[in-house]
Amino acid sequence: MNHEHGGMSCEDFQSQLPELIGSGKIDSNHPHLKDCELCKALLADLETIAEAARQLFPVEDPPPKLWEKIETALKNEEGAEPVPGNSV
Amino acid sequence: MHIWRVPARNLKEDMPDSILPPNQSPAAGGELHNTAYAEEAPARRPLSNPPSPGDSDILARAQAGDHQAFAQLYSLHKRRIYSLCLRMVGNVAEAEDLTQEAFLQLHRKIATFRGDSAFSTWLHRLAINVVLMQLRKKGLSLISLDEAMEPTPEEGPGRSFGAPDLTLSGAIDRLALQRAVGSLPAGYRLIFILHDIEGFEHNEIAAMLDCSIGNSKSQLHKARLKLRDALRTNPQQEARP
Repeated sequence: MNHEHGGMSCEDFQSQLPELIGSGKIDSNHPHLKDCELCKALLADLETIAEAARQLFPVEDPPPKLWEKIETALKNEEGAEPVPGNSV
Repeated sequence: MHIWRVPARNLKEDMPDSILPPNQSPAAGGELHNTAYAEEAPARRPLSNPPSPGDSDILARAQAGDHQAFAQLYSLHKRRIYSLCLRMVGNVAEAEDLTQEAFLQLHRKIATFRGDSAFSTWLHRLAINVVLMQLRKKGLSLISLDEAMEPTPEEGPGRSFGAPDLTLSGAIDRLALQRAVGSLPAGYRLIFILHDIEGFEHNEIAAMLDCSIGNSKSQLHKARLKLRDALRTNPQQEARP
């Protein structure tokens, strides 16, 4: 089953969605969305997911000890020579 | 419907630490960051500042073997690299190991950076390769970035034609989304993390993954469709605290 809304089928509209969304050129005024509840709901869901990702996953800090481990590994790689600069 | 042009996120959170020794507390935003700029959606949260003269100086010193400059680079990029690793593998200890390996590789290869892309893009590509190598060791059928970016047809999400079906509620909880992201094939997961969680733009992702911008958009869309399928299949998980 496929619907024709705003002169465009759902299949055609959805095939264009990656580009429309990726370039920020989609909004509720799109002719197809004006009377296609199915695609409107799809777009709303994708918005919800994208927004949730932005809100729910903050940038995380690695533990401070990680730098110590990296410094130790660097010293080992450099033949155990003392590394100048800051130490921890 | 205008989420595709979202307001800038908390800049303090997104900014790299200032130029401090890596074990000191992050300051409120830093100066050194030379990620390429978004070209398509200017209102999206900015991840970075344009490179300043000091940026290239630190990078040049690190390339010349200055350990303190390398430590500064670590301070500036550790959060984004660690977060990427953590999101990809979902395990703190493993993410730490991968972050360490990424920076060790950076140390080995930094002299080969020629500035053909933004340093941050180059570093992320390096880290992504470290992560994908680890996933391959764990038995996942990933060989290269190319394969990560080309899921098999049966992995593709279905489109949404036909009768209306369940839609997501207005809110998705973190655990449900975390679980759904973790269930994505690695290629989809990678691009979703880079774009929707880390906030990179398609042009940056295309440079990192050596793919076209169109491919990046297409894969991200498929990832979101798969997440939608997963979240609707297990709606009870959305209600978990």
